[in-house]
Order: sequence, then C-alpha cells, then structure tokens
Amino acid sequence: MSSVASTVRSEPGAGTRFGWLFHDVMLMTRRNLVRYLRLPENLMSVTVQPIMFLVLFTYVLGGAIRATTDDYLTFLLPGILVQTMIFGAIMTGYGLAQDQQSGLFDRYRSLPMSRSTVILGRLLADVLANVFVAALLIGVGYAMGFRFHGDILQSLGMPLVAILFALPVSGFFAAMGLVVRTVEALNMTFVVIFPVTFISSAFVPVETMPGWLQPVADANPFTIAVNASRALALGQDATSEVLGTLAWVAVLTLIAIPLAVKAYNRPR
Amino acid sequence: MIGVTSGDAIVVEGLTKSYGKVAALRGIDLRVERGIVFGLLGPNGAGKTTLVRILTTLQPPDGGTARVAGYDVRRDADALRRSIGLAGQFAAVDDQLTGLENLELVARFYHLPKAEARRRARALIERFDLVDAANRRAITYSGGMRRRLDLAAALVAEPEVLFLDEPTTGLDPRSRMDLWGAIEELARGGTTVLLTTQYLEEADRLASRIAVVDHGVVIDEGTADELKSRVGGRVLVVQVADAAQLEQAQTILEGLGANPHLDPSVREVSVAVGEGARSLAEAVRRLDAARVEIADVSLRQPSLDDVFMALTGHAAEDGATTEGNQQ
Repeated sequence: MSSVASTVRSEPGAGTRFGWLFHDVMLMTRRNLVRYLRLPENLMSVTVQPIMFLVLFTYVLGGAIRATTDDYLTFLLPGILVQTMIFGAIMTGYGLAQDQQSGLFDRYRSLPMSRSTVILGRLLADVLANVFVAALLIGVGYAMGFRFHGDILQSLGMPLVAILFALPVSGFFAAMGLVVRTVEALNMTFVVIFPVTFISSAFVPVETMPGWLQPVADANPFTIAVNASRALALGQDATSEVLGTLAWVAVLTLIAIPLAVKAYNRPR
Repeated sequence: MIGVTSGDAIVVEGLTKSYGKVAALRGIDLRVERGIVFGLLGPNGAGKTTLVRILTTLQPPDGGTARVAGYDVRRDADALRRSIGLAGQFAAVDDQLTGLENLELVARFYHLPKAEARRRARALIERFDLVDAANRRAITYSGGMRRRLDLAAALVAEPEVLFLDEPTTGLDPRSRMDLWGAIEELARGGTTVLLTTQYLEEADRLASRIAVVDHGVVIDEGTADELKSRVGGRVLVVQVADAAQLEQAQTILEGLGANPHLDPSVREVSVAVGEGARSLAEAVRRLDAARVEIADVSLRQPSLDDVFMALTGHAAEDGATTEGNQQ
C-alpha cells in the first residue's frame, strides 16, 4: 500500500527539494486564492473602505486641503494606496488564524510538505490579492480624474512600492495571526494601524501638522513609502524615497521573518 | 514496504513531554503490531492527544524514542509523514472547498499526480457516502459528513499507519455508528490504526488491543477481554429507591470491592466483586441492616467502564456510559 504513495511521485519539478517546495507553495497559493474568490466579502472589507475614503476625502475635504479637488486626488491616491496595501496585509493574519483554529494547520503539518509552504503560500496569495486591489483602486482614481505624470516605469513603480512595503507588514501579521487565540483579536490592530497611517504624509502635507508632531510623521516609515509612491505618480525623481522605502522593507523583513517563524514553530 | 524490519507499526519507549511544569507524558511505553486497530483509552487530559501529536511529528518529545512505520519521529520526520494519515479531534477540512477539492488538495500535497489524486478523491467520496455532496462546499456539511470527509482525507495517500484522535467525539449516535463502520472496514483492509477515545464502548468494539492511559502513563494493556478479566468476576449493581441514600450505599459497598461507582442519574452504585453470588447476598444483608431501601439489584459481566474504574478510581469520562446506552 505504502509503495504506491512512495513511488507515484513523479511530476514536473521532481527530483529536487526546491521543485517540490515550488509545487507545494503554488498549490497552497491557489487554495488561498480560491478562498478569496469564494468569500468575496473578505476582499470587499479591504477594498470598499479605501474607495469610500478616496471619494469622500477628495470631494469633501479636498478643496480645504489643496487648491482644487483634482490637485488633492493626485496627492491622496498614493497615500490611500499604501494604506490599503497595509489593510491587505492584515488578511495574512486573518488567513493564518483561521487555518489554525479550524485545525487545518495540524493536517498540513502532518503532510510531507515543507513547513514553510503554509506561510509562503499565504504571503504569495495575499500579495496577488493586493495587486488586484491596487489595480481596482487606481482604476477608481482614474475614473475620478487621477493621472500618472511619469513614464511607464515610474507609473508601474507607484503601486509596486506600495505592495512591496506591505510585504514585511504581512510578516508581522502572520506572526500575530499565529499566536492570537481568536480571529477577532486581530481587529485590535486597527488601534495601531489608524494612528500610524494618519500621522504621516498620506492625507495631508506634514508641514500642516503641529511642530511637535512633524518629526514623528517624517520618521514614520509609512510616510517614506507614501512619498516614494507619490513622487513616482508625479513623475518626479524618487530615488531617495524609493531607496529609503527599500531600506525600511529590508529592516522590517529582518524583524518580521524570525517573529513569524518563531510563532509558526511555537508548540501548541 | 519501506524501512520496516520488525512487525511493529509503532514502537514507543520511555516517551516524556511536559508543558511548562505540567507533565503530559511521564514515560509512555507502547508497541502496536502491524495491521491491527489499537485503542488508546483514557479521560480528557490523560495525554492521548499529546502522544498522537508526537507520533505524527506535530510536536517533538522531551525524552524517549518513538518510531512509526520504522521511522524515528525526530530523525526521519519527512519519511514518517509520507507513511501516515491523521484525523484529529476537529475535522480539519477547508470549509470553502468542496468535498472533492479537499481530498484532491491533500492528495496533491502527498505529491500524487493530478489524475491519480482525482481518481482517489472520487473513490473515497463514494466509499464514505458523500457522492451527493461531493461538489458542495464543506461548510454546508453536517458534523458527521465533515468527520467522514476528514477521515477520507487522512486515507487519501493510503497510509501504512492511520492516527484517529477521538474521531467520534461530539458526534450524534447515528454518525458515530457510521464512522465505526468505516473504521471497521479499514481494519479489515489491513491498515494499522491507532485510535484514541474516551468512549469505552468505542474501544471495546473497534480495538483488538487496548492501552489504558491516565496521567501520562500506560496503566494497563491487553485485549478487551483480558482487561475485563482483570477486574475479576462480576459487577454488582445496586439501585436504591431513595436518591438520598445513594452515598450511604456507596460507603457500604466499599466493603465488598474497590472504588464503587456512583451513577446518580439512575440512582445506581456499581462495584466490581470477586465472587458474584456471595457478594450479592452480603450486599443485600448489609444494606438492609443499614435500612437502605433497594429498588433493584443485579450482577453483570464487567464492561471496560468497570475496568477503568477499577484501574484508575475514576470514570473514563463523565457521561460516557449514558451516551453508550443511548444507542
């Protein structure tokens, strides 16, 4: 009986550990994407709110913050985009917490797959979901009158910077999703996310904030990512902002990955 | 077969595991012969689940050794995982995938080719009577259907050793009977099954050998009949007319056998006794002398329940007997 399971193991990529890891991660990613499709409300919760923010902020507050609402839309879209990608990163935590509580984790861990499959498949699916959400948000922005001012590379770089910045954040949420006892506990993270994303250059210029708050907003890595995305949208030289964002991504990744791995290997 | 030289599917020696200061396993020794259903019987917190988690590589042991299908849980974890199937306490199925998709996915994680994965998934769907629900999402399934799907997922790679951790806990009697039928069929097919349960009736019916576990150690082991014979002779059951006299009756019966067991719901005290008829007469005399009014008195063959009482001094699981009686 067992000989069947052990001999029928020949497929594309066979022979190497890496080949099987790739095979398993693709399977897990596809499974997670199927779940996104069948539970559209999950993705709705991270797309509807940013779109509402984009519309309301632009038409209600835009004129007060900038000379015209069009002017403000161009300013705001990159900010909302980076914030939305962070919301998307929360899905990593929700997804892992759900799998853990439903007992699926035990099943996966008893299967002959690499132990990193669960996390890598989760991250990849969530990045792809974020690509979709970013396209949707930019599409809505376009309908409202937003335009890219740079070349094609800068225009592609604008959402790319945002998606990349969300990756280590996904790692942090992965760690949290693996240790919380209930999925609902993750809702508490909004208490952190809202201040962090608001005390930044995402919605208003930092110069308009009180003097004591400006250094906080300037040092906020979220501000740096928003500035990079915004400079790319405007077609400006974004070298220092992009490098700054990449540096933060590297630093945050180095912190997030050991945390997530530790949470995953934690005895339970 | 791969990597197996001895006839034992599972060999456990001196296995220990603690969580902080709490010792979950305090030196477990176990041998499970190939091709049998082996029952691990014990109450909640006895260490059954911890043992299963170690044997399926979900957790490392603190001390001792364990081999499954010839593979060491620490050194050969990858090969071991290819040889086992696990159905845990909570049916581990993906709510948003259909029954068929669930099985195919697990099969593909065992690295079976797509066509083979599909073929096996369909065969298992038929075998576990899920054909009508095969293309429905698992979230629409009843508790019993989920457990059957979970069991099917554990079998998709045709494992040498199957671990079933309390497979029927929380199921209604009808679903439990269905699942028992499925497990009996597996046993006939020659799969080695390690089954944990707190239901004595379940171990009695399914397992050809049983280990009784309590507080992290194996306190007895044998066939159901061997365990029953160790209780000795018969079990004396006294039903009192007045519930208020139940504890008084228990105290009196302590003089006849170890650890008399109370079942207030039916006003009964039961105790394992050496010599049936003489004990019965003696019990009636003593109860009568103490003016405890007897509603009914009888002798019966000991059940595994009685074995557990006699061995541990407490019931295997509160309500286990009454649930058994409902069927």
